[in-house]
Amino acid sequence: MTRTNGTVLHEDLVAGVRDVTPLMLGIVPFALVAGIAAAEAGLTLAEAVGLSVIVFAGASQLAAIDLLGSNAPLAVVIGTAVVINLRMVMYSASIAPHFAEYARRTRAALAYLLTDQAYALSVAEYERNDDRSRWRYYFGAAASLWLVWQICTVVGVVVGTGVPDAWGLTFAVPLVFLALLVPAMKDRPTTAAGVVGGAVAVAVAGLPLNLGLLVGAIAGIGVGLLTEART
Amino acid sequence: MTGLPDLAGASVLSALPGLVSSPRVWVAIVVIGIATYSFRLSFIHLFGRIDEVPERIRRPLRYVPPAVLAALVFPDLMTIRPGLVATLADERLIAGIAAGAVAWRTENVFATITVGMVVLWLFRFVVFA
Repeated sequence: MTRTNGTVLHEDLVAGVRDVTPLMLGIVPFALVAGIAAAEAGLTLAEAVGLSVIVFAGASQLAAIDLLGSNAPLAVVIGTAVVINLRMVMYSASIAPHFAEYARRTRAALAYLLTDQAYALSVAEYERNDDRSRWRYYFGAAASLWLVWQICTVVGVVVGTGVPDAWGLTFAVPLVFLALLVPAMKDRPTTAAGVVGGAVAVAVAGLPLNLGLLVGAIAGIGVGLLTEART
Repeated sequence: MTGLPDLAGASVLSALPGLVSSPRVWVAIVVIGIATYSFRLSFIHLFGRIDEVPERIRRPLRYVPPAVLAALVFPDLMTIRPGLVATLADERLIAGIAAGAVAWRTENVFATITVGMVVLWLFRFVVFA
C-alpha cells in the first residue's frame, strides 16, 4: 500500500486513502445507523443495499428510510431526499474545474462517488498541494468511503442494533464536518461565510424538508461575497 | 419508526414489513438515485465542455465549502430553546466547542473526533447526568 512508484498504487491515490482514514470514525457509525434504521423500518437486505448503492448519500437515506417506515406518501419520501441532496449541485460546481480536463466517462464515474467528505477533503488538498493528481487523490478517498459505506450498511442491517442510542455515536458525523470546516475558514470572507451559514441554518432549523441547510448555505455564500467586496 | 400497516384491504404478505420487497420502496430508491446522481454530475459534466470557468461563477464557489459545512454542522451542535441557559447548557454544543478548538489548533481529524466524543460522554453521563 505504501509503495511510492507507479507500479502498484500511485502515491496520490494512497494519499487519498490515507487522508480519508480518520474520517471513517464518522462514517462507520453513520453507515451502521443507516443499516439498522433500514432493518427497523422493514426494508429487506436487498432494498437496504440498493438504497446504499444507488443513492449513496447518508442523510437522505436516513430521511427516506424514516418516511418509508412511517408510510409517508411516495412524493414526500422522494421530495425530502431530493431536497437534502440538492447540496451536491454546489459540490459538483465547486469541484468541477478540477475535473474539467478528464474524459467524459471518467467524469461520469467520479461524479457517482461525490460525497460531503470526498468533496471537502479533495478540495482542501487541491488548495494545499497543486501537484496532486486530481482524480487519483479524489478516487482514493471517495472509493474508500464507498466501500466502507456499503460494508457497514450491510453489517447494520444484518447485525442490528448493538450499541445503545445514548452513546450518540452518530455525533461523530458532525465532528468530521467540523474538522473539515475549521481549516476551510482561512480568511475574513470564508470565516464570515461559515459563521453566517451556520448561524442561519440554526435559526431556520425548523423548516421542513431539511431546507435550513440550503437556506444557511446560500446565506453564507452571499455574506462571503459581500465581505470580499468590502475588503 | 416502523408504522403499523393497515390490515384492512391489504394482503397478509404486505402486512409483514421486511419479508416482501415492495415496489414502493424500489420506486423511491430509483427516483432518488437518479435525481442524486444528476445533481452530482451536473456541473462536473457542464464544465468539461467549456475551457475556462468564468470568474463570476468561480468567485461564489470559493464560499461553498465553509458555508455548506457550517450549515451541516451547526444545527447538529445546538438547538435554539426558550431561555439562554437551556440553549447553552447542551452537551453537544460544549463538545462541539471543545472539538472546534482542537480542530483549530491541530487540524487533525482523529483528534477532533476523539475529543468531541469524550467531552460529549463526559457531560452526558457525568456532569448533566
